[in-house]
Parts: sequence; C-alpha cells; structure tokens
Amino acid sequence: MAILDKHAILEKNVTLLAIFAFLVVTIGGIVQIAPLFWLENTIEDVEGMRPYTPLELAGRDIYIREGCYVCHSQMIRPMRDEVERYGHYSLAAESQYDHPFQWGSKRTGPDLARVGGRYSDEWHIDHLRDPQSVVPESVMPKYGFLENRLIEGEYIGELMATHRMVGVPYTDDMIENARADFAAQADPDSDYDGLLERYGDKVQVRNFDRQPGITEADALVAYLQMLGTLVDFSTFTPDASR
Amino acid sequence: MAKQPHKKQDVETTGHEWDGIQEFNNPLPRWWLWVFYACIAWGVWYSVAYPAWPGLKSATAGYLGFSTRAQVAENIAEFEEKLAPMNDKLASVELASIADDSELRGYAVSAGAAVFKTWCAQCHGSGAAGAKGYPNLLDDDWLWGGTMEDIHTTITHGIRNTDDEDARFSQMPAFGRDELLEKEQIAQVVNYVMSISAGNTPQDASLVAEGEVVFQDNCAACHMEDGTGDRFQGAPNLTDAIWLFGGDYAALYETVYNARYGVMPNWNTRLSEAEIRAVATYVHGLGGGE
Ligand code: HEC
Ligand code: HEC
Ligand code: HEC
Repeated sequence: MAILDKHAILEKNVTLLAIFAFLVVTIGGIVQIAPLFWLENTIEDVEGMRPYTPLELAGRDIYIREGCYVCHSQMIRPMRDEVERYGHYSLAAESQYDHPFQWGSKRTGPDLARVGGRYSDEWHIDHLRDPQSVVPESVMPKYGFLENRLIEGEYIGELMATHRMVGVPYTDDMIENARADFAAQADPDSDYDGLLERYGDKVQVRNFDRQPGITEADALVAYLQMLGTLVDFSTFTPDASR
Repeated sequence: MAKQPHKKQDVETTGHEWDGIQEFNNPLPRWWLWVFYACIAWGVWYSVAYPAWPGLKSATAGYLGFSTRAQVAENIAEFEEKLAPMNDKLASVELASIADDSELRGYAVSAGAAVFKTWCAQCHGSGAAGAKGYPNLLDDDWLWGGTMEDIHTTITHGIRNTDDEDARFSQMPAFGRDELLEKEQIAQVVNYVMSISAGNTPQDASLVAEGEVVFQDNCAACHMEDGTGDRFQGAPNLTDAIWLFGGDYAALYETVYNARYGVMPNWNTRLSEAEIRAVATYVHGLGGGE
C-alpha cells in the first residue's frame, strides 16, 4: 500500500508529526468521552439529589483548599468489602453537582462518600481539632484552626453563579438568598423556612461547632454530615446494564 | 572493547543512513507478531463479550451479560446465604438467651468484634476503652445500663441524635451559661462533687458544705441525693473515680457551667438486627455486662 510507505514524511517533519499525533489522540478521546454525553445510563435518575446549600458549598471549598482529597476518596466501589465497610456503592448521580468531583485516588484515610450521619458533630469537631484524641493511631493532621476562622459567605452568591455556569441548577431565588441561607443553616434559632423550601426538608440545620458565629468548621462539618445522605435509596433500583 | 556487532549483510537496509549508521529492515520476531495478532483478536472478542460499543441510547451489553452491579449483588447474596442460618437465629432468639447457646454466642462475639472495629472504634477506641466524652465500654460503670436489653436499645436507637425519635434522651441544664446558678454556687457544688467522688479531694474544702445544699437543690433530681446517678436519665454516677468528661476542677466546672451533650448515632439504619445483636453481645462480653 503506497500510503503506508509515506511514513517517512511524518517522521521527518516534526510539526506534521505533532499534528497527526494530536489527531490520533483526539479520535481516541472522542470515542471514549463523547458517548457519555448522550448515553442515557451514564447518570441515572435518582430521588433526592439536590445542589449543595451555600454552607455545604463553602464547606466543600474548604475540603478542597485543605487537600482532604489527597488522603480521602469519595467513591465507594461496587465490591462487597467496600459496601460492607462504607455502605451502598456510589452512584454517578451523587457527584453530578461536584465541579470538580472529589472521587480522589488515594486512601490514606477511609472513604468519606457516606460519612454523613455516621458520627456526631461533636466527634467531627474533636476529630478535626485533634484526630489523635479520638483515634490514637491516626496519622491525620490537626485542623483546629478551622474553628477559629469566622466566615461570612461574602462571595457565596458569586460562587453559586459560577457553579450554575457549569451546569448546577441553582435558581435565581437560591442565588439571591445565598447569604441568608448560608447564615440560617448554622443557626437553629433563625428563620430557616426559606432554606428548607429551596433545598428540601432534609437539610440539616444546626450549630455544627456549638460555638457562636459561623466558622470554617461549621461549613466543613455541614458538608461532611451531608455526604452520601441525599439519595433516597428506598426508591432506588439499580439499572442492571451497568 | 566489546566484540564487533554481528553484521548481517544478507538483510536489506531500509535505505536510511545517518552518519554511516544504517537501519536494517529486519522482520519482527515471529513470537512477537503472533502475540500482537492474538491481542488484537482478544480485543475484538472482549468488545463483543463485555459492555463496550456505544449506541444511541446505551452501550452494547455484551453476550456474557456482565455487570459490576449484578456481580456485587451476587457476591453479597452468596455471603449472606452462608451466614443466614446463624444470622436468622441470632436475630430471632430472646436477647438474654444468646449467652446460653455457646455456638451462637461464639459466632455473635466474633461477628460483633468485626462490626465494632468498623463502626464503633472511631469513638469508643479500638480496644473499647473510650476517650474523653466517649464512654469506656470495658468497665461495669454504665450510663444507660449494662444488661443485654439496655445495650441493645442504646445501640439500636443511639443517644441524643436527631435521626431516631426513640433515641435515648436527657439533657443536663447549662447552669452557668443559662444563669441558673451564680459562679460562686458553681464553685461550691464542684467542690462538693469532688468531695463525694472516689480518689478526689476538693480544691477548697470550706465550700463543700454550701455545695451540698446547691447539689441537693439542683442536681439530686438527676444524679440522686447520694450522687450515684440515674441510668434512666443517663445521668452518670458522680461518686466513683470514673469520669466521662474529666474529674479535675476545671473539667467539672466546665461540665456544670456549659453542660455536656454526648451524642451517639442510631445504628438501626446502617446495621442489620443480627449485626446489632452481635455487637451488643460483644460489648456485653467485654467485662462489664450485667
Ligand atoms: C495525611 C492524610 C490525611 C489528610 C490530609 C486528611 N485526613 Fe482525614 N483521615 C486520615 C486517616 C489516616 C484517617 C483514619 C484515622 C482517623 O479516624 O483519624 C482519617 C479519618 C477521617 C475521618 C473519619 C472517617 C471514618 O469514617 O472513620 C474524617 C471524617 C476525616 N478524616 C475528614 C478529613 C477532612 C475533612 C480532612 C481535610 C480537612 C482530612 N480528613 C484530611 C488521613 C487524613
Ligand atoms: C460518633 C461517636 C460514636 C460512635 C460511632 C459510636 N458511639 Fe457509642 N457512644 C457514643 C457516646 C458519645 C456515648 C455516650 C453518650 C452519653 O454521653 O450518654 C456512647 C454510648 C454508648 C453506649 C452506652 C454506654 C453506657 O455506659 O451506657 C454503648 C453500649 C455504645 N455507645 C455502644 C456503641 C456501639 C456498639 C457502637 C458501634 C455500633 C457505637 N457505640 C458507636 C459515641 C459513639
Ligand atoms: C436534668 C438532669 C440533670 C441535672 C439536673 C444535672 N445533671 Fe449532671 N448530668 C446529667 C446528664 C444526663 C449527664 C451526662 C451528660 C452526657 O453524657 O453527655 C450529666 C453529667 C454530669 C457530669 C459529668 C460526669 C462525668 O462523668 O464526666 C457532672 C460532673 C455533673 N453532671 C454534675 C452535675 C451537677 C453538679 C449538677 C447540679 C448543679 C447536675 N449535674 C445537674 C443530668 C443532669
């Protein structure tokens, strides 16, 4: 075949080689990635998934800032040992509002995909302040400073608008009330009806760190206590084609 | 220097030559080629046998019908089936009678130890010795009771959580923060508590007498007149040397000023009845079971 004998042209011209190499990689990428956008079983429909509340979203940012994902995954794989240890395997739908997702790739500590409700707020605060006080064997670093940093959610509305740009269905109403909702979730004495109306009755409203004021620890614990609790598994039937 | 490279003059060159170095056109080793072809054939088979090619709505399922989800469900079912005879028995017998059946008890203790390591050790410690705020489960000092029945209820519904309506509940008032007592009175009652607890001596013995009055008026309803506590309300015994939150002056002052609110999650949504009974048997057998 004559065309196969022409490889010398590519081999001798570095720009052309780069262009063709790029084309080949592009085709490979498209074949793998593009179908995920139209196949119906990529992200199945589940009951209960909702965008994160402003406080949870702020907590998620702290989670990313502190690099918790370096030691913790958020992805329970469909294997018996993982399901027994952590709970139901993770669904794609559960990270559909994560930009970027927090699946992680390394487990120095346990998976956190379903840590919500597994421990008390007090335990999380004790554990973040000094992990070795509750788990003496732990190698997790101390994050006590989070309790002392007050946050106001100054740019939380903008953050939500940015998430909306990449596809999270935040409504105008949610974005307008972002700061009010942010403060309401950490204060059980506030008027948090609007928050529940916008994000659902299951939103946990508590003073997570038991201290006055909203701290980074409040936001982080609100996020951790929500993880893995959103999907209503009583209405979930696994799609066998996966 | 090394020996001369073997020159095969009978092999054609590709015509490439750089600085006198020629490129021979040797054929690929035959074994290598066959492995290469075999890989291609295997790849084609694999994409037909397993889910692979994207279509309009879903990808091809593959003729083997493999699915990770079906596989994990199968693995779990297989395991559950093996354990079913023991688990069914464990979940259905009278709680108190588990101890009488040595085979069942042995099974429950080892299954319970595994449950404990996975779900409980983070708070109660891997050896169940507890930490500040998280009770030691090895001793016979119980907040809520140490019979199988009591332990089973505690584990099933948890303590002071908001997820289970049947969770054990009680709340000590925050005497300082809510201004129920003056700071002086708190100092008095703390000294009194130190005077009645084993192995403790009051910081200021002159306050003990007044402290006793404060105690009888404000604390005896829950901790009882003699300070031995009330399991019905989860109010700890204050006369022993065992402290959940600390028995020195500063810790006691903090307890009375701000109160404590120990929370344990309910396990009925995460563990099966058999698992709860197994871990209850394990905890009961740690030394303090009644
Ligand atoms: C150096 C690695 C490391 C980093 C970084 C780290 N952790 Fe951990 N984490 C661990 C280890 C190891 C454990 C298990 C021992 C323990 O419970 O402390 C753990 C346990 C936990 C647990 C308890 C999980 C369970 O089910 O037992 C939570 C929650 C947690 N970490 C949250 C965080 C958060 C939030 C951050 C970021 C602020 C973080 N971790 C950062 C190593 C790490
Ligand atoms: C989030 C931390 C946490 C986890 C996880 C936890 N516990 Fe507890 N547990 C507590 C706390 C806190 C108390 C004491 C509550 C109080 O102050 O009354 C307690 C109390 C108990 C008691 C009552 C002790 C007594 O003296 O009456 C038992 C029994 C118990 N836990 C067993 C378990 C078992 C079994 C598990 C695992 C399935 C478990 N706990 C998991 C925090 C936890
Ligand atoms: C409404 C009932 C109630 C009253 C009244 C009450 N307590 Fe308590 N107390 C409790 C409970 C319940 C706990 C356990 C809290 C926990 O486990 O989180 C507790 C815990 C304590 C502890 C901690 C014990 C330990 O092991 O660390 C001390 C000390 C204490 N109380 C002292 C007092 C004193 C002094 C008063 C009176 C000024 C008082 N209590 C009044 C219910 C009560």
